[in-house]
Amino acid sequence: MTALPPFQTLLDEHATDVMAVLRGAVGRADAEDCFQETFLAALRAYPKLGDNGNLRGWLLTIAHRKAIDHHRANGRRPLPVADPDELAGATAEPVLDDGIWALVGALPPKQRAAVALRYACDLPHAEIAAALGCSPDAARRSLHEGMKRLRKELA
Amino acid sequence: MKAELEHLAVRAAAEGLLDVAYASVDSPYGPLLVATTPRGLVKVSLPAYDPEETLEDLAARISPRVLEAPARLDEVRRQLDNYFDGRLREFDLPLDWQLSKGFRRRALRAIDRIPYGKTRSYTQIAASAGNERAVRAAGTACGSNPIPIVVPCHRVLRSGGALGGYGGGLPMKEALLEMERAGLP
Repeated sequence: MTALPPFQTLLDEHATDVMAVLRGAVGRADAEDCFQETFLAALRAYPKLGDNGNLRGWLLTIAHRKAIDHHRANGRRPLPVADPDELAGATAEPVLDDGIWALVGALPPKQRAAVALRYACDLPHAEIAAALGCSPDAARRSLHEGMKRLRKELA
Repeated sequence: MKAELEHLAVRAAAEGLLDVAYASVDSPYGPLLVATTPRGLVKVSLPAYDPEETLEDLAARISPRVLEAPARLDEVRRQLDNYFDGRLREFDLPLDWQLSKGFRRRALRAIDRIPYGKTRSYTQIAASAGNERAVRAAGTACGSNPIPIVVPCHRVLRSGGALGGYGGGLPMKEALLEMERAGLP
């Protein structure tokens, strides 16, 4: 095992991606809170981290857990975003970025996380699996189901 | 993202999770990297050194919880600015000596007492640290000084008055001595 890099390196390299995932998972308004919780938890655990092989996957796993905690704390109520039907039907224009993420935010947690990790962070299936704590096949399935649902809603 | 990261550094410090805070400080000789622990200033890295290597070294020797947090080094920056402007003679900063041990630490504490504009020889420092024959070790202590400028190892010369060595390069040592001499009444 090589020495752990200064924690600042993790922020420099991955903070933007963690924020993007969280925006996808909990929405723009709550992403900052989850971002703080994610990195505070990471800092707390960091000196005892045994394996520094995949720090990015480790951070995204924590972010995913914080997003789930956030949804639990909110009693699993749907995200305070526009009604998807309304969003998709209101305009003939292609749905803009925020609209897409609002739809992603309304997906079930696993699908939502898989889609965010894939398209906001550009992670390969193996890393999505590591972040979600499931097999690559299961990650692929979640991603597939999530995309299918999004396509249906955008159709 | 900047605001979020500043907020994170503040929260980390409040929760005792910020073991090493660092910042870059401009100087007439180039950027200095300065780092503090909750106990005090622990590192000043001169422009001749690679900041990334310095940070890796701090992560390995103190704690990997190393964050860029310029606000925590405002007072250090203010005193360094004033020193380089010739407006400050004596630093008044809490120091964390943990990066030096034993004889080296004693030698550095002796160096810390050399007044502004004055110089001492390596032999005098060796004697102050408790072993006047350990001249070479006194030189090594200067060379390994983790807090140069603030702990003024540039004020230590060879017995004949020759400059000796300096981690930041001899021109910088000479310039610091020159500035201090010019500032004396």
